[in-house]
Amino acid sequence: MKKLILKRVLQIIPLLIGMSFVSFIIIQSSPGDYFAQMKMNPEISPSTIEQMRTSFGLDKPIMIQYLMWLKNMCKLDFGISFAYHIPVKTLIKFRIKNTLCLAVFSIFLSWLIAIPIAVIAGYKEGSWFDKFFSLLAYISISLPSFFVALLFVYFISKTAVLPLGGTRSIFDINAGSFEIFKDYLKHLLVPGIVLCFVNIGGLFRLMKNNFVEIFNTPYILAAWARGVPARSIIFKHTLRNALNPMFTILGMEIGSILNGAALTEIICGWPGMGSLILEAVLSHDLYLVMGSLIISGFLLIVGNLIGDILLAFFDPRIRIS
Amino acid sequence: MRNFLGRLKKYSKVSYFSFWFLIIFYLVSFFADILIPYHFDYQFRDKPYHPPSKIHFIDTEGRFHIKPFVYETFVDDPIFRTYKENYSVRYPIKFLVDGPERNVFFIFKTKKYLFGVDAPAGIFLFGTDTYGRDIFSRLLYGSRISLSISIIGVLISFVLGMITGGFAGYFGGITDQVLMRIVEILMVFPSFYLMLSLRAMFPLNLSSIQVYFLIVMILSLIGWAGLARIIRGMVLSIKEEDYVLAARSLGLSHWRILVFHILPNTFSYTITAITISVPGYIIGESALSLLGLGIQEPYPSWGNILSSTVGNIRVISDAPWLLLAGAFIFIILINFNILGDALRNVLDPKNW
Repeated sequence: MKKLILKRVLQIIPLLIGMSFVSFIIIQSSPGDYFAQMKMNPEISPSTIEQMRTSFGLDKPIMIQYLMWLKNMCKLDFGISFAYHIPVKTLIKFRIKNTLCLAVFSIFLSWLIAIPIAVIAGYKEGSWFDKFFSLLAYISISLPSFFVALLFVYFISKTAVLPLGGTRSIFDINAGSFEIFKDYLKHLLVPGIVLCFVNIGGLFRLMKNNFVEIFNTPYILAAWARGVPARSIIFKHTLRNALNPMFTILGMEIGSILNGAALTEIICGWPGMGSLILEAVLSHDLYLVMGSLIISGFLLIVGNLIGDILLAFFDPRIRIS
Repeated sequence: MRNFLGRLKKYSKVSYFSFWFLIIFYLVSFFADILIPYHFDYQFRDKPYHPPSKIHFIDTEGRFHIKPFVYETFVDDPIFRTYKENYSVRYPIKFLVDGPERNVFFIFKTKKYLFGVDAPAGIFLFGTDTYGRDIFSRLLYGSRISLSISIIGVLISFVLGMITGGFAGYFGGITDQVLMRIVEILMVFPSFYLMLSLRAMFPLNLSSIQVYFLIVMILSLIGWAGLARIIRGMVLSIKEEDYVLAARSLGLSHWRILVFHILPNTFSYTITAITISVPGYIIGESALSLLGLGIQEPYPSWGNILSSTVGNIRVISDAPWLLLAGAFIFIILINFNILGDALRNVLDPKNW
């Protein structure tokens, strides 16, 4: 198990290097001399430019620049945001918390709903229950996240049942931490439900297919023949095995959640990584764009790693081989 | 082709319907110039956020008319932008009306449109936007832009994926290693973040034509990696077949074997893969335009029609008909998904 995790972690290193290289290329190939443009911009103070110049070697040859960029990446130093005048690292640290909360919340919610329904639908394949939820799943995978988010915003603008935008609406200094937490959760609900709505269809379909596939294997038939009770067959023999591929999916899901989350965040006004990178692109804040890109890629890699480790933890076949 | 349609119909009626629906929709977007009542940037300055026109059959005196008609509308409350109908004159909806000349895709010119109403009244099937432009016209015209971007984008990534996947799978070794590492690195990034970063490489104020090609480039650059990986896997297994060995012993060149004997065998799968990946391109284009980074005004696209609603709750609650663009995207996507699912089964040689 330890060996497997170590192997997976080592496999990540070339990916990280490649990632830093791609983002370096993107910064380098943006049109015009970026360094000169920075000097022309009255909003950027000369001391900032001097600081960036020494730490990123902006006037040195390209290869040295790349090595310095790589060194800075290892220190998680992404430079300074030109629009906010603070280090990119600080900005990302503040936003990434919100995106992670949103992602974890919506993944948790969608698994909680999708898995039981998929198991019932898989067990009664072809029934009305199955057909109804399969149709819903079709609708869910075909709905773009931004459209669902806009529909929710419309719904809330008419009913005002939930707060929208930002992470808190209590600004009382005396408010207890529990109240603030409750307030945070309330703000999380809208983007969380939107994301859950978009992702649940795919999850349901995958889980149902896994379940049906395992349910039709000969060893389940053998279990029936031996008189194993239905409950034990469904939960112990089928569900356990059908869940295994889902852990890999969990890792991959982080990527799709990040994509969907970005647009949902922007439309619902949730201050996360997605709205950060959009602001960065709109204000042509290249170092902030790169920082967000690298961190998002990093999140995806970590997500896949977690998926792999969970799979190894739950599936002895992987652990042993 | 007929064989294919027959099999599709046999597999499921719904997918057969989806197939024809998509073809008709593409035709509609191609001939949008004839079908829309107003030019896409014609502004009714006195009618911003006009709700969808009511189409009447029965007039105020309770008489039934076989020809549907609309009434002229006027602003009732300028602050809340509510409109009232002027019941004095009926304006029947006319078919094949004359108007200013329009150029249909540089192929032919026309002065006749499918429908319209006489001047002071206006027919807004889906309402109007901030500038009083007819959303129905913009949606149909915009579908041409959105759909063509997705098709061109998917074809480019298909060609790129064929070339790299074919090379990597057929020649193996160091070529395979290098190409597949590139693919892996591209796939490490969440596509939305990569899309925005690539967009950030270029200035924000580009002309519409430049933005159009930029979006196509960005989307296909992101999309080819997945296709290349799939095709590589298929080529890897196909090149072990006996007929490849036979072709080789007949003295055919590697190039010829790859292009004429191996790649065509991946088509049935890649067509499915393309159908499934078109929705991603449509979403990508709409997302960029929605955020103001894609197709620029006055040209419409599905995302761009929605863009005025982003972060503007008042617009969403006052003019919900703007969200119809999202409904269009949804309808197209669900048809592509249904068709993709059916093709996976119909084109799979195992099911023949």
